[in-house]
Amino acid sequence: MCLAIPALIKEKDGTRAKADIGGAVREINLDIVDRPVEVGDYVLVHAGFAIHKLDEKEALETLELMRKVFGQ
Amino acid sequence: MKLSSAFRGSDLARNIAENIKKATRRRWNLMEFCGTHTVAIFRHGLRSMLPAGLNLVSGPGCPVCVTSRRDIDRILHLAGMPGVVTATYGDMMKVPGSGMSLAEKRARGADVRVVYSITDALEIARANPSARVIFVAVGFETTAPSTAAVIRAAALEGVDNFHVLSLHKVTPPVVGALIEGGTEVDGFICPGHVCSIIGSRPLEPIARDYGKPCVIAGFEPADVLQAILMLVRQLEDGRSEVEIEYTRGVRPEGNPNALAAMNEVFRKVTAEWRGIGEVEATGLKLRDEFASFDAERLIDREIVSEPDPPGCRCGEVLRGELAPTGCALFGAACTPENPVGPCMVSSEGSCATYYQYVGRQRT
Repeated sequence: MCLAIPALIKEKDGTRAKADIGGAVREINLDIVDRPVEVGDYVLVHAGFAIHKLDEKEALETLELMRKVFGQ
Repeated sequence: MKLSSAFRGSDLARNIAENIKKATRRRWNLMEFCGTHTVAIFRHGLRSMLPAGLNLVSGPGCPVCVTSRRDIDRILHLAGMPGVVTATYGDMMKVPGSGMSLAEKRARGADVRVVYSITDALEIARANPSARVIFVAVGFETTAPSTAAVIRAAALEGVDNFHVLSLHKVTPPVVGALIEGGTEVDGFICPGHVCSIIGSRPLEPIARDYGKPCVIAGFEPADVLQAILMLVRQLEDGRSEVEIEYTRGVRPEGNPNALAAMNEVFRKVTAEWRGIGEVEATGLKLRDEFASFDAERLIDREIVSEPDPPGCRCGEVLRGELAPTGCALFGAACTPENPVGPCMVSSEGSCATYYQYVGRQRT
């Protein structure tokens, strides 16, 4: 039940937006998202609500960390 | 970039698994608190990638599973009232109460609707002004802010036929309750999306006061493995800290807007967790300002529940004391088609997940 899915904001009108969720466009609510979002941003969507603006820079840093070989 | 698929590569997972093998010197029990993690671990076969000394224990992080039988009976009571439309998430439909489930109640004529979001329930209320629409709100901190936001919107709009039965629960104190109850776990894989809302700070007492390291993890295979590696390193080094693996989804301070909505609409009360008992300050009740939306006010008699069915060991499974396959009913009297306990009902219940991925064989 705690799954949230990354979605790409396609259109935005106040606290409502249309977002691409794995290829399907759905209406989502931006009432409780943590930071201001714009068209082109990725958010995590849970039960129709954006709950977090995804951080691309953090994602790249995490990947970098994961590719490191322990002990080197 | 694709923010999730980059974390699915098998080379990446193998590299992290190799690092886990190198880092693990002693035996450790790690609990994945969240049912969504349990599903990810089985779906991607992550257990088979871990060294023999690392044992993963599934925790109570399935909101449907921890809903008490008395709360299920309260839902059934409300759903049976004349003129009531009950709306809820799909997982709640088949959970058995003392007499029947919501699905059976619907089969006998009650108007029960499955919704994807609480906004759909508010829409049903707007479209049916002569009905009383009751939304059964289950879920942890990931879900509670959306409930709060919709109650706030309904109050502004003045929708007076919309009510919420809040069974929402907050999670950090229950981890403490598990440790105090004797669950033998060395460290916790903590729920990423709960922490998108609450941040990392509410977990600090678990690391500091109980000496159990916590790593907040995302849900892709590489995320879960990386979190396990971070936990093993803490344990082998003798550290006990809260670390965030899922940095793209979680900030230490959490989501201030969601927390403000929750705090505006709800106050914390003692809640009953199935298998664990009453835990102080883990329930979310509507504040007095929003009392007209509280479906609890519509309950007009004392609800007396029968004890759990004989043989059902969901309580021990939820506390991480028993693997689902250790229950005599598992896969025999209790299956997803005909569940005896809630852990076999929810798609994220430990028993349902084991049944899907391990099958009827005993492990």
